Amino acid sequence: MTTTTKTAVPKPVPVPDEASAPFFDGAMRGTLMLLRCRECATFLSPIPGIGAPLRPRCVACFSGDLEWAPSSGRATLYSFVIMHQLYDEAFAQDVPYNIAVVETDEGVRLTSQVADCPNEALEVGMALEVTFERMSDDVAVPKFRPAT
Amino acid sequence: MEMRDAVRATAAIAGLGITEMGKVYGRTASDFAGEAIALALEDAGLKAHDVDGLLVNANQSTESVPTLQFSLGLTDLTLVNVMSAFGSTTGTMLQYAAHAIATGQASVVACLYADAPLTEGGSISQSGYNGRRFNAPGLAGLRFAYGDYGPANSGYALALRRHMHLFGTTHDQLATIAVGQRAWAQMNPRAQMRKPMTIEDYHASRWVVEPLHLFDCCLVSNGGVAVIVTSPERARELRQPPVYLRGFGQCAPGDTARRERDPAVQTGATKAGAMALRQAGIELADLDVLELYDCYTYTVLVTLEDYGFCEKGEGGAFVADGKLAPGGALPCNTGGGQLSSYYMWGFTPLSEGVIQARGQGGERQAAKHDHVLVSGNGGVLTFHSTTILSKHEGDA
Repeated sequence: MTTTTKTAVPKPVPVPDEASAPFFDGAMRGTLMLLRCRECATFLSPIPGIGAPLRPRCVACFSGDLEWAPSSGRATLYSFVIMHQLYDEAFAQDVPYNIAVVETDEGVRLTSQVADCPNEALEVGMALEVTFERMSDDVAVPKFRPAT
Repeated sequence: MEMRDAVRATAAIAGLGITEMGKVYGRTASDFAGEAIALALEDAGLKAHDVDGLLVNANQSTESVPTLQFSLGLTDLTLVNVMSAFGSTTGTMLQYAAHAIATGQASVVACLYADAPLTEGGSISQSGYNGRRFNAPGLAGLRFAYGDYGPANSGYALALRRHMHLFGTTHDQLATIAVGQRAWAQMNPRAQMRKPMTIEDYHASRWVVEPLHLFDCCLVSNGGVAVIVTSPERARELRQPPVYLRGFGQCAPGDTARRERDPAVQTGATKAGAMALRQAGIELADLDVLELYDCYTYTVLVTLEDYGFCEKGEGGAFVADGKLAPGGALPCNTGGGQLSSYYMWGFTPLSEGVIQARGQGGERQAAKHDHVLVSGNGGVLTFHSTTILSKHEGDA
């Protein structure tokens, strides 16, 4: 079948795997889940270096005994950028859009996006709270919006 | 004077090969690799059968693998590796080569960078540099859900925003780096970008990832660079003035995802630079030329701070008088750097460092060139290497 109208390109939806299931299950429930060390209670960013499925060790005490724990969902804006370059047609309607690094109350930095806020109103240090965007029937991703 | 014996070089760069650079289509990375090594051997006055070591800088190319040795026809090597610490690899590779030469495990080591990411009619944002290869099941997919492609651009833009927030760094200050390097590039026949640039041109260049303008960002190039590392004794018998490897340092600060850490603003350059200078037996003030890894203008600025040329946060004010540009007090990225000449990761600053240390820079040659600092930087300011080149084996 040929079409003459351009169909919207869907955004890439993450594919949860066994290691990340607690994070994505939490997102579907509306809870931001982080890794926490059972030894020293340090919260960890769940997002590892490129190529690794998950952090294997605590960054503070090197214990391998980690668990998933809920975050308060409160954060401040650590830094942000505005994406002008279009890398993927799926974002053609969004440019210029923000990419943000937030620092949660637990001291953990996450790369995410600030929702419900015009680019001009973004300010390093602003108070944020987690929100979740459904990308499909099964997958939601955490974003952050100005704290109410 | 006994102390000086400890800082004599154990290895030297004896050959340099640079292929044509930039939008050179229809050639493979292996083809550039072969030509770069052939040019470096010819430069040194050596033959392929003299080579007993091959170190390859891992990069985007699927051809930068150990079996590149077979394509090149090199046999019976006693030192071979593909090395990766991203953009800091060059320094780590020279360090490894120098150690192997000092301990007799190799005698003539070819160190190589080659890549061919550009295709005719293709755009850079759709090349290997868009980051899509990092997409995978699980949490790796999150960044793509947000539209965070081209992870280098967004990562460095986030770091720059942070620096601007903390210290008031301005685009006018960053512009002096871009404009200065373009002025150097005009004197480099190999440079891809030789059209003069003004501060107004810089401000008028489009946003790539705000706060990065297009002219804050490096080029992407097809091409290859190789250097030949050998012993000081052997280097002195060869065709070119030896460039002695006098000092090395590495530092990879790691973990960027915790409140108390800020490697985007405080990089590994501090520790790596101090180590390299100490080994070389010199101080910052003894450096005549800087060849700083410049994937972005900001990388130059933060590296200068972390080496200690100025206080943390004062990099913007430090560069604003144009001291890095031709005629300035601190010649920096004298071939135009990766912003304006060619993008061969750490082999861009290294290649120009060798040219300057030899005194072969022609119109752009720094008047004094006894000691040259070459930096490498990779990840998002998370891997750093420092190499001190000198025309003197030691300063005794």
